[in-house]
Amino acid sequence: MRTIGVAELREIATGAALMGAGGGGNPEVGKLMAISAVREHGPVTLLEASEVAPDAVVTSPSGIGAPAVGLEKFPNGSEFKLMMDKLTERLGHPVEAVFPIEAGGINSMIPFIVGAKLGLPVIDADGMGRAFPELQMSTLALAGHRICPIVMADEKGNLVQIDVDAPHDAEKFARAITVEMGATAQSISDTTTGAALARDGVLGIITKCQRIGHLIHHLGDYATPAAALSALLEITSGTRLLTAKITDIQHATKAGFNFGTVIFTGLGADSQRTGKMEFQNENIVFSVDDTVIATAPDLITLVDTETLAPVTNEELKYGKRVYVLGLPADEKWRTPAGIDCVGPRYFKYDLDYVPVEQRIKAAREKGVID
Amino acid sequence: MAYRLGIDVGGTNTDAVIMADNTVVASTKTHTTPDVASGIHTAIAKVLAESGIKPAAITAAMLGTTQATNAIVERKQLAAVGVVRLGYPATAAITPYTEWPADLVAALSGTYKLVHGGYEYDGQLLTAVDDDELRATFTAWRGKVQAIAIVGVFSALNRDQEEHAAAIAREVFGADMPVSLSATIGSLGLITRENATILNAGLNQVIRRVTSGFAKALADEGITAASVYLCQNDGTLMALDFAARYPILTIGSGPTNSIRGAAYLAKRSDALVLDIGGTTSDLGVLVHDFPRESSQAVTVGGVQTNFRMPDILSIGLGGGSIVRTQPDGSVTVGPDSVGYQITERALCFGGDTMTATDIAVRLGHVKLGDPALTQVIPQATAEAAAAEIQRLLADAIDKMKTSAEPVDLILVGGGAVIVTAKLAGTATTYQSPLGGVANAIGATIAQVGGQAEKLYQYVSVPRAEAIADATQAAKQQAIAAGAVPATVDVVDIDELPLQYAPGEATRVKVKVVGQMA
Repeated sequence: MRTIGVAELREIATGAALMGAGGGGNPEVGKLMAISAVREHGPVTLLEASEVAPDAVVTSPSGIGAPAVGLEKFPNGSEFKLMMDKLTERLGHPVEAVFPIEAGGINSMIPFIVGAKLGLPVIDADGMGRAFPELQMSTLALAGHRICPIVMADEKGNLVQIDVDAPHDAEKFARAITVEMGATAQSISDTTTGAALARDGVLGIITKCQRIGHLIHHLGDYATPAAALSALLEITSGTRLLTAKITDIQHATKAGFNFGTVIFTGLGADSQRTGKMEFQNENIVFSVDDTVIATAPDLITLVDTETLAPVTNEELKYGKRVYVLGLPADEKWRTPAGIDCVGPRYFKYDLDYVPVEQRIKAAREKGVID
Repeated sequence: MAYRLGIDVGGTNTDAVIMADNTVVASTKTHTTPDVASGIHTAIAKVLAESGIKPAAITAAMLGTTQATNAIVERKQLAAVGVVRLGYPATAAITPYTEWPADLVAALSGTYKLVHGGYEYDGQLLTAVDDDELRATFTAWRGKVQAIAIVGVFSALNRDQEEHAAAIAREVFGADMPVSLSATIGSLGLITRENATILNAGLNQVIRRVTSGFAKALADEGITAASVYLCQNDGTLMALDFAARYPILTIGSGPTNSIRGAAYLAKRSDALVLDIGGTTSDLGVLVHDFPRESSQAVTVGGVQTNFRMPDILSIGLGGGSIVRTQPDGSVTVGPDSVGYQITERALCFGGDTMTATDIAVRLGHVKLGDPALTQVIPQATAEAAAAEIQRLLADAIDKMKTSAEPVDLILVGGGAVIVTAKLAGTATTYQSPLGGVANAIGATIAQVGGQAEKLYQYVSVPRAEAIADATQAAKQQAIAAGAVPATVDVVDIDELPLQYAPGEATRVKVKVVGQMA
């Protein structure tokens, strides 16, 4: 158990942008809301999953909708209490702690707003170990948990409950209601118990985000940028796949999702190499000279070569120098069911999922990467 | 003959040029003074004297100035601003001024109110504006605030509510009350647009002082027949009365002017521009005659804003950068500099500090001061320092390039002598004897611009119609800023689809320029 104040929130937000694997939206608005709530109500208690009573009722508050709309119209702040009251009434039991559904972007911050406003502890676990675009893409849903009941609210106090069984249907209805609420809304979902979260969630994710953020905010503690990168790779169990400059970016929006391709020209020892990354909100496939090096659910994430600051897909910019990093996904995703849910074929790429470590090993043997 | 006078105020120097059509008739450089205004005055007097032109023959005068930036950074002369945000019940989770530096909030009075209003992403009403609520708010602020900032949720879609609130403000405070509308200032992103709008409102008195000071300086020198403009940070001009309403747009005009002036001197439309000053080198990218814009949030005085700024990479290397031999024998250059004291402290001028300029003199690349005084620098040290300078610059160039192909480079600025050989990654290098006043030339050749950024749903507003609408708005802005309507042309159209948003919601940004009246 420890407490999370403003300084810790800043670090967590930075780390969450990295763990968002390009997606999750700009965490800035979430960070400002969380900082405002903590300044008003005081710091939030962070519990390890093992510190939560096994039968405690826990749930996950999050924002849903278009991140760009959320930058313009963000919540009133009272939605969270309304939703929680409604959920409590429905469950007939109060909620004892909250957790983030995903580590990436704005949703890494929402539980802290709720925690501060309602005096609830936040649990150091999530349902993805990264960011993904759809509700059913969580390790909890994968383990057979119900996403519903979902309670959604908008800034006017409109409350909607969704209670459907199939995870895909939950996603479909929630998305439709979000549109009616102005393309951005708040929601609570994935209610479970302390024991079930400890078993089926991705544990320690907030602490991991904070360690990443702390490192990035304290680069001066390292003798060289190379030493800082090594430390970052150690925290994330990651590998540097390419050091490169962004030389082309193509964006397209299909069915509300942001699709794109990014071309990288290698720098230094990688100067004879060309990288290519495909993203659908999050980064999905990365290849070097036509050899695939990493695919979802493993994390493909970009950091600035000088600041190690994560580069989300909204910040892609011609000429930006980045390290392309490959981070292994949580083991819960590396099962046949997990790969069906969030592997490359789900995103319409005709590729088998091969763990990033194995792809790296094979690519190194062929001299495709260093 | 019609002459144009351009002035650019930088951190160290205030430069002025007079041009006739496409020729520079006279140019001058003078130190920037702490009050800025007297330096401008001196520059005008000097350049007029040098040119021998009758003041009455000057038909246009343009000023690029740092006064607005200085006021924000120093928290001086800022107005007490009343901020009205139209969005309640949405957006209350983050109040205005969240995460601002406390002293800047105090300087602006920190007065704000969240009121009913705003639109949804598709243009529907979020909440109706409550006239009584607005009137009561403004009435309570009487005598407490000197400027008003009005910020509405999704005002990029529809600015009716912001304009309605402004009309009520003028009813309450009188027609002279300066009112800044966010729809006319920033782009999508409520917090960053609100921040820019608050700063714009706070600069109201500063900009009045700038415009009246410039008008007076011109009149004092007998320049009475000129149309007068201020430079914007996108490389275009605005007439004084327009500039008085949009002071925030003057921030960052210096680097833009430098890039545009360099382009003009080299007669290039696409190139890298390297402006080497006394302490820093600024590298920008010229794309179709205008600087490439930064895609990053811009921080002004500790506040995040989202208005357009040129994409500039600054490194701590200039003509006055101090050269040192380290204990391990390596040679370093900068990032500290003797700055404007170069004429006293550099070895070639009889000083005791080895600077980047001394290296160029020692290697016989340029003749400045007394070259014999640089003979104390060992040949090996000079060569190592020159190599380090080349490396620092080549590295910066590589960061700004978008392809591995060599690019054309335009070299300007007073410190450009420190470049002693062709830089890695470059093709042709262009230099001009007038490179030292490129920024003032950039101010002089600028056209009048306009820009509009709006959000459309392509399912209900077809793409062509949306682009035509945004173009119309940009043209109206250019004409309001002083452009001749028939000469206004589109220079850039940028479309950005919004993810997860239904109806093919797309942000359309159009930039136009035209000739000045």
